[in-house]
Amino acid sequence: METRNIAVNTTAAEIRAIVKQHGRLTTLVDDLADDSDLYQAGLTSHASVNLMLALEDRFEVEFPERMLRRGAFRTVDVIRSAIQELTEGAA
Amino acid sequence: MAVGLRVGTDLVAIQDIATSIANFGDRYVRRIFTDAEIAYCQSGSAEEAPARFAARFAAKEATIKALRPNYHWSAWREIEVHRDPVGWCDLVLSGTAAELARDAGLTRFAVSLAHDSQYATAVVVAQGATYGDS
Repeated sequence: METRNIAVNTTAAEIRAIVKQHGRLTTLVDDLADDSDLYQAGLTSHASVNLMLALEDRFEVEFPERMLRRGAFRTVDVIRSAIQELTEGAA
Repeated sequence: MAVGLRVGTDLVAIQDIATSIANFGDRYVRRIFTDAEIAYCQSGSAEEAPARFAARFAAKEATIKALRPNYHWSAWREIEVHRDPVGWCDLVLSGTAAELARDAGLTRFAVSLAHDSQYATAVVVAQGATYGDS
């Protein structure tokens, strides 16, 4: 369980780093909770596309068409769940 | 339900599109734009392409604003800017975007695109079936 928690925290930290680099938020990423709405924090639709592609590069996944929608990148938690779903599906 | 008229608009910095193309290349383009949109945008000079893509991205975002989705969001490629040979543009909706329009009672869409050297913009007007009926 501890190993899994470390992995989850690591993923969240990596997602936050990518959000910081590509999200162009108007709020500091470090001030946001994992369930904070990234769009409310300034994430634009176009920045969400860059975010998606950067996440794909980092986690070596490909978001399917059904995830290429605004809601798929609403929070760090939602992004983490999506990546988890894709990586587990690939295993 | 009579929905009357809805309008959506968006403004895109062309440099942002150019940067995304430089960073992610074909993957970026193909995740957002349809084959027909890509063919048109890449049919001109290399300098023209980012502006054309930016105008179409603005049109997609403006359409979403007119559709006003709550929980079910359309994918980017479900909103296509169709350009006729003369240069006038129309919207073609499919998938979830078409469903959102149908659910909202929106039957007609009009789009206008523009760009200068720095920014691209689009305005979308959506009309409900009952608007203007006597």
